[in-house]
Amino acid sequence: MPDLLGLRGVAGEQILAWIRHARAMQEILQRPVAKVPALRGRRIALMFFENSTRTRMSFELAAKSLGADVLNFSASGSSLAKGETILDTAKTISALGADCMVVRDGHSQMPAYLSQHLEEPVINAGDGTNEHPTQALLDLCVLAQLWQGRFEDRLLVIVGDVARSRVARSHLWAARALGHRVRLVGPRQFFEPGLVEAFGCELTSDLDAGLRGADAVMALRVQKERRQQGGPWLSSQLDYFRTYGLTRARLQQHGEAVPLLHPGPVNRAMELAPDLLYDADRSQIQTQVQTGVALRMAVLYWALGGSDEQIVERVHAGT
Amino acid sequence: MQVPEEFWVIGAEVARPGKAAAARTLHVRNGAVEAWIDDPDWRPEHGQVLDANGLLMIPGICDLHVHLRDPGLTYKEDIETGTRAAVASGVTSVVCLANTQPVNDCPEVTQYIRERARTVGWARVLPVSAATIGLEGKELAPYGLMREAGCVAVSDDGNTVPVAGVMRRVLEYAASLDLPVLPHCEDRSVRAGGVMNAGPVAVRLGLPGNPREAEEIALARDILLARLTGAHLHVQHVTTAGGVELIRRAREDGVRITAEVCPHHLFLTDEAVEELGTHAKMAPPLRTAHDVEVLRQALADGIIDAIATDHAPHAPHEKDQPFEAAPDGIIGLETLLPLALRLVDEDVLDLPTLVERLTAAPRRVLGQKPAPLSEGEPADFALIDRKLHWRYDAASGCSRSRNSPFDGWDFEGRVVMTFVDGVCRWNLHESGQSVESSPWRPVQGVASS
Repeated sequence: MPDLLGLRGVAGEQILAWIRHARAMQEILQRPVAKVPALRGRRIALMFFENSTRTRMSFELAAKSLGADVLNFSASGSSLAKGETILDTAKTISALGADCMVVRDGHSQMPAYLSQHLEEPVINAGDGTNEHPTQALLDLCVLAQLWQGRFEDRLLVIVGDVARSRVARSHLWAARALGHRVRLVGPRQFFEPGLVEAFGCELTSDLDAGLRGADAVMALRVQKERRQQGGPWLSSQLDYFRTYGLTRARLQQHGEAVPLLHPGPVNRAMELAPDLLYDADRSQIQTQVQTGVALRMAVLYWALGGSDEQIVERVHAGT
Repeated sequence: MQVPEEFWVIGAEVARPGKAAAARTLHVRNGAVEAWIDDPDWRPEHGQVLDANGLLMIPGICDLHVHLRDPGLTYKEDIETGTRAAVASGVTSVVCLANTQPVNDCPEVTQYIRERARTVGWARVLPVSAATIGLEGKELAPYGLMREAGCVAVSDDGNTVPVAGVMRRVLEYAASLDLPVLPHCEDRSVRAGGVMNAGPVAVRLGLPGNPREAEEIALARDILLARLTGAHLHVQHVTTAGGVELIRRAREDGVRITAEVCPHHLFLTDEAVEELGTHAKMAPPLRTAHDVEVLRQALADGIIDAIATDHAPHAPHEKDQPFEAAPDGIIGLETLLPLALRLVDEDVLDLPTLVERLTAAPRRVLGQKPAPLSEGEPADFALIDRKLHWRYDAASGCSRSRNSPFDGWDFEGRVVMTFVDGVCRWNLHESGQSVESSPWRPVQGVASS
């Protein structure tokens, strides 16, 4: 079964195929009736054991735009609250007839674990501190557009809460497959031991040095809710913003209009100056969100229908 | 097998701590060692003999670190199954930790453990008292009453005492009563929720790392407190090269310190997590190849005194979870001896040294006479067939749980009989385990004069 558990070990060609397919899907989304029956009658279960707004709605919209039925699951008030294990819940949803499971959970490797026990394809919608492959893929769609499809020798600078960021980790794997460079910028609290050995990425705690030469900058949300464990990670919002926050002035030192990405949600005046969020010259944030639906359509279609270009073309043609 | 009040074990190659292995006859009487007879051809004129020709005899092993899970968690293991797994590996003394339900922090729980061991146990069971009530790191457990009830040491194990000032009192009071303190050295705040060794493998798997410094910081703290209090600090399962160095220096400085290492930390690295998943999850975690090398050398040199298993059974449904959610710990009793023998086969240390690390050293840690199987001592010993090839199958083992990273490993050498107080408590050929490759069969008869 074609699972998408992460970008670890995924070939560059496959990533580029998803990006291509997402572009086809994007055209569908721009039609007056943005819907095709490609997955009509298929059931897609959205199993979000952790809170999510944009990823969940994005998957839901993607599924519906392909004509699939959506089984929505939310952890609160479910049988999980009655003590059922996640695997048992997943098996129940499988028995209800789900054809594909989209899983988000606070534990790293949960989707991989479930895929060992389930027949249906499993798509990782974010697992603990491990990966968030569809987010990275939609970012790569945006970057492919900005970089005219050429990844080699480009430099993506990721600023912020990188150590335990699943978005950053998916990007690090993707960079190995596509050949661009990734530089991580942030205070040392955010750098896990072994990052450089594992990925050969660049690390710096000096923001201005870190931005130098960037072909795109991505800010990551400071995950305040993940900071329960492990002591005081940060001092104050003001301190962080002054030291690692991105402002127009700061970005201007590094060329004209270096594109700015953020997977959202944004902490204003923490990672980003308030006025940068909708800065039309730089900010790709709205594009990211729009691209996300198309990319997830491509991934769902691949998981359930195959990756054959011709089929995509048929989707494209609306038949 | 019924064993008479008096019998002789003849023909075995005997390996005892600090003595060259040699063929000797052991004379057992009323459960104790009556005498050793050096002449290999000597035979008693009458009475029962056990022909152990071709076998290796070692004193019974003392395992300083076992979780028997009884009372309260007996779906994982209990005193019967845990001690059965012990004798299957030649372990005749099992030191069991206090994290049961209820916690062993009052004499009633200790009495329960001792009573169960007496009635259903296969090996000696030596309970460890909790260091603090409920393992909460606040109030001292009643060590005086606990010692009286049969506790041999003090430890909160995985619930590392978080506050240095509390640990100071633990050490002071334990020292007053001559009880060793067994810390699991891991600073929880530095560990920060890490679930495997911090480093590239953890990064690749997207799992939070548990850095070596978490161990070294806690160890350095406890060494300084041991120096302050004069207590005997026995460091549980050291895993890092830096930890070994701290222990070496502390000993040079005259601190009363001993240490143990687990077999899995001598054979596996954090790379194993990729392949084995939660069966390679434990705390402290598997480290790197360099640490394995340093630990092996330290064991050979005696900087690390003893091998202990940290046998930690968990039920399949508990281990069959995503890595982060699964509990720490693996079982280790049944693979203890075969892995230990492999250290000899790999020239890490010689057989008499290995036997010392498994038998005399742990007894020394507990303040017992360090010369097992000398005259007058209990007749606790194991007979080993060094040529027996076998494959460890965790599912058909003696433990109630099967969470072992060594499942499916092939070994050479296996315990065929284990005696406690001169009574046979393990006989491989009657255990239901597969032994088709073993040429040796227990032969017992009346001596012909």
